[in-house]
Amino acid sequence: MVSNWNKVLRGFTQAAFLLPFFVFSQGNVSGNMESIFQYLNDDPIIGANQPPEKALVNSYMNAFYTHGNFKAGMRLESYLPRIQGYPNRFDGTGLGMRYAGYENDFIEVTLGSFYEQFGAGLALRAYEDRALGYDNLLDGMRVTVRPKKGLQIKGVYGVQRLSFQQGKIVHGEGIVRGVDAELHLNETFKRLDSLPVDIVLGASFVSKFQRDNNPELILPENVGAYGGRMKLRYKDFYFDAEYIHKGQDPSNDNGNIYNLGHAAVFNLSYTKKGLGILFSGKSVDNMSYRSDRTKDLQDVFINFLPALNKTHTYNLVATLYPYVTQPLGEVAYQADFLYTFKKGTKLGGKYGTTLGLNVSTTYEPFKNTAGFSPNDSSRVFYKSTPFRQSDSLYWLDINANVTKKINKQWSLIVSYFHIRINNDVAKISNFASGIIASHIGVLESTYKINSKHSLRAELQGLIVEKKDGQINDQGNWFTALIEYTISPSYFFSVMNQYNFGNPDPEKRVNYPIVTCGFIKDATRVTVSYGRQRAGLFCVGGVCRFVPANNGLTLSLTHSF
Amino acid sequence: MPNSFTFALGIVFDKAPTKTILFMKQLFILSLIFLSFQVNLLAQNEGGNPLENKKVPAVNLKDLKGKTYNTANLGLKGPVVISFWATWCAPCKKELNAIHELYEEWQAETGVTLVAVSIDDEKTKSQVPVYVNGKAWEYLVLSDPNGDFKRAMGVNNVPHTFLIDKDGNIVYSHNNYAPGDEEKLYKEIKKLGGK
Repeated sequence: MVSNWNKVLRGFTQAAFLLPFFVFSQGNVSGNMESIFQYLNDDPIIGANQPPEKALVNSYMNAFYTHGNFKAGMRLESYLPRIQGYPNRFDGTGLGMRYAGYENDFIEVTLGSFYEQFGAGLALRAYEDRALGYDNLLDGMRVTVRPKKGLQIKGVYGVQRLSFQQGKIVHGEGIVRGVDAELHLNETFKRLDSLPVDIVLGASFVSKFQRDNNPELILPENVGAYGGRMKLRYKDFYFDAEYIHKGQDPSNDNGNIYNLGHAAVFNLSYTKKGLGILFSGKSVDNMSYRSDRTKDLQDVFINFLPALNKTHTYNLVATLYPYVTQPLGEVAYQADFLYTFKKGTKLGGKYGTTLGLNVSTTYEPFKNTAGFSPNDSSRVFYKSTPFRQSDSLYWLDINANVTKKINKQWSLIVSYFHIRINNDVAKISNFASGIIASHIGVLESTYKINSKHSLRAELQGLIVEKKDGQINDQGNWFTALIEYTISPSYFFSVMNQYNFGNPDPEKRVNYPIVTCGFIKDATRVTVSYGRQRAGLFCVGGVCRFVPANNGLTLSLTHSF
Repeated sequence: MPNSFTFALGIVFDKAPTKTILFMKQLFILSLIFLSFQVNLLAQNEGGNPLENKKVPAVNLKDLKGKTYNTANLGLKGPVVISFWATWCAPCKKELNAIHELYEEWQAETGVTLVAVSIDDEKTKSQVPVYVNGKAWEYLVLSDPNGDFKRAMGVNNVPHTFLIDKDGNIVYSHNNYAPGDEEKLYKEIKKLGGK
């Protein structure tokens, strides 16, 4: 009897083990990997240090599998040890993300790790940015149902990724729960299709739970955030808005106050062929929302508060004075404009000319403290009104650019930027105080030698306004870059940044760096050697400080 | 892999494996390895190009008008170019502007459709229609604000351009843009045959 059972079991296990191989041969496997290696030198004049290991390496690989309605995936990560500028607590090799799921037209279920965004993300956004080392994924369960065309309801339940230590995910303390519904009326009601309008409505509710372990205060263990959103389109006009309200959420961020919080954004735009105009506004007060109230920096944020400004790409503009949202409060506006002068017109010339303008401002919100006592046991210390600002400037950016193709070989981009940033609030430099005001000019030119060979050059100058007769921050900078590309496989570039205006004559140094790259299809290898100054490396308004370094960086990326 | 199999087999067979069972296990594992090798070969033979069996994964994305598209079934005829870009990515914009000047001709000759997938998040997403219309692009523009499609397609960084044949197979991909790359892409599109 026993041996019979063994036979049955054996047959069953053999079949079970064989199954994946047949399944895998039919399913779809995709993924990607990246490996970055650094060998660093000591370079005291720029403040670069050689770590005791001398060499650093970061790697990760994603592998995703889908077969019919089934899907599964994982990411392996390795930090031996992590490269400079990455969260310094990341170490070891192991699984950084894994999930299994099922999806059909009606329902989608995911168990394990997942990324998610409700609406504009003001209430909930779990996402990753590998270049920054940012990852606040949710580990738990997500269900999405689409009961009707145009209607989607999502439910999520999980704990957040806080860190990655000794090859394992470390989770945040709190639990995050949320539900979101979105209805695209035009897809649900076909009759609307004949009208020039388009309407989307949505609502979210998110709640976090964390035990109260504070001996002095009675902390709310469950904190909710909820609100609604809408998108309206009428012909070429478009309007969208979202408002999220947050309950009492005393935390390290806000100094354990019991104020309510809010976040609101709106965008109004008009676009037609050759023209784009946008006006956006944002109001945030006491809106830091984390699944662990004791954390800071970029740790376990449940929501996402986008900075309302353009993400610049030129080196001096992008990394010296970038701005990040102040979750404790800000009121911001932005206007963006793009117009292309048609080919054959006076300003358009033979190939057309594009003019871009962008202005953004951010101010501290007006906090009305009248009638509130700093000793009040309610710990509610002020009242704020959405979109009511004070006159304390956090950020100002005025920029313009003209793109012009002169002939088949030559094209030019001329840009100007004026940036004012309040270093006392949005701290970006240890060498400055108050407002840092800068003017940046960039000239970029591309020359196409023939169908495969091209030469590109950038000249950038940055002038910092003096403050009380003194040089502010690190003074003036100049950057020059030359890049030679051979399509489709090679590039070579040389860049030098020169801090010629540094108040300390010893620090008026050059930062030269040489980079070469080889690209074949979805594989990319780059090697660079040289000096890189300390700066903020930002992606989509989230920044990480990268210390100055001097040495060799080798990077390999591949998609499969 | 073998370790997990022996471990699992150990549980199923017996706690104290005899020599016979050990031998059987080894044989079993060897046959599995052999089999998977064969399966791999079969898969390779079917397509020839290892990418050819790779399909576009299904993710729901919205266009600039709010209409939902399933990326596995975009409902487009002819070859499709999927190009990942962002408003803050200078080479991406150069690539799409270069193709913009050739697009009419490309479409007439090959019936190709370009799908420009913007990975701009909420910070810069609102600037996407300003740029797209300001530049008078005629592409299908989809928005991937939380990187779901980017992740599913195995995109490390932008620009990353994929070519999909009319049967939905990914036949070519390129993770860079240098002037002239658009001509290489067009050659690959033409390889797929006319309309």
